[in-house]
Amino acid sequence: MSALDLVFSGDPKLFGIVGLSLFVTLSATVVACVVGFPLGAMVALTRFPGRNALIVFLNGCMGLPPVVVGLLVYLLLSRSGPLGPLGLLFTPRAMIIAQAALITPIVAALTRQLIEDLWAEYRDELTAMAIGPAGRVATLLWDARFSLVTIALAGFGRAAAEVGAVMIVGGNIDGFTRVMTTTIALETSKGDLPLAIGLGLVLIAVILLVNAMAWAVRGWSERHAG
Amino acid sequence: MRDRTSTLPIVLSSIAFAAGEICILRDVTLSLDAGPPTVLIGPNGSGKTTLIKLAMGLIPPTAGSIRHAQADRSARRQAIVFQKPVMLRRSAGSNLAYALKAAGRSADAATVTKLLDRVGLAALADRPARRLSGGEQQRLALARALARDPEVLFLDEPTASLDPAATKAVEDIVAGAAAAGVKIVMSTHDLGQARRLAGDIVFLAKGRLIEHALAERFFAAPATPEARSFVAGELVI
Repeated sequence: MSALDLVFSGDPKLFGIVGLSLFVTLSATVVACVVGFPLGAMVALTRFPGRNALIVFLNGCMGLPPVVVGLLVYLLLSRSGPLGPLGLLFTPRAMIIAQAALITPIVAALTRQLIEDLWAEYRDELTAMAIGPAGRVATLLWDARFSLVTIALAGFGRAAAEVGAVMIVGGNIDGFTRVMTTTIALETSKGDLPLAIGLGLVLIAVILLVNAMAWAVRGWSERHAG
Repeated sequence: MRDRTSTLPIVLSSIAFAAGEICILRDVTLSLDAGPPTVLIGPNGSGKTTLIKLAMGLIPPTAGSIRHAQADRSARRQAIVFQKPVMLRRSAGSNLAYALKAAGRSADAATVTKLLDRVGLAALADRPARRLSGGEQQRLALARALARDPEVLFLDEPTASLDPAATKAVEDIVAGAAAAGVKIVMSTHDLGQARRLAGDIVFLAKGRLIEHALAERFFAAPATPEARSFVAGELVI
């Protein structure tokens, strides 16, 4: 069966893998945004000892190798690790944790830069209106919402494309923790190129589709909210 | 309960402000009291914007002192409109509701509509604020400032980039606020506007307060050579 036949025949195995991949990556992106947006905004708007070191750390973490993140999460979740009793290793939840750990620094670092630039524009106005620190964070995040969508997409793209972290903490178990990237790697090594190519096509299509939808939402919102 | 101690007077004593090694204001002493509008005039770089920000409390002086009648900054009934106001990414009405909430006031639809009506923008309540024209944005910024129910309203060249019709609309709102008892402290390049609105004039040049006089006397007989040149329309550099 060719790659295109697999895609267009609605092969249940293939679409099971696609569904799990989307669930894991979208969940990780949501977690990363929930943590990374306010973290980045707070670092942008506050001054404290070690702030510059934290910024360098966050920026440096943008280039974290997925296998290293996978290894660290593995050590945390393994039976002898501090979170071992939770029994999360080799489950989709472990994969979400690993991907969230991978992309949260990306989201936080990009948000920090975005909010810091926006703050330079808004500082006098919000200070004159006596807006407190929490209000500033909320206002700037809301007003930066269209750019934050792009940051979320950057995180989604990074998570969707990585192999190493989910391979280590998920175990690539057929029907349970096997996602698109790990399947492509496995099937290629086995010589089953149609499935690998089919998944590759779906992966690219999903990323393009999510980006197109986000672009359309952004355009519509900008027209209606200014 | 809100402290209703008056925000005025604001007394600036021998203040100076420097940005790095550049001295922007030096040895300025000025008292801002209740009464007709005080208009700051002077050439570019004379320190008008810096003086307004200092009086508003947005920046601290590098020398001298500023004494506010109301020591609690959060209780001061003051507001400011900048030359290029920042419009929040939301509708005109939502911008106003935001300002009302920030001032601890009710942001119900009736209050928002009433304030928008006061600046002639009631019909544009749902339009994205950033899609408004320059003059409309400036009027919305005035409405946001008035939402704070200010006792003193600082205006930093509010009509600098507006056409005559938009300038007239802004001036009418400012004159209306002044007539309602709001102390206006405003900077402008426009001598005609200063003549129309000012009760007293503060003339600045090269970071110094050169002259402070009642508007009528200032324009009839400026006391200093710099002020005479400026009023005569000569270049004061």
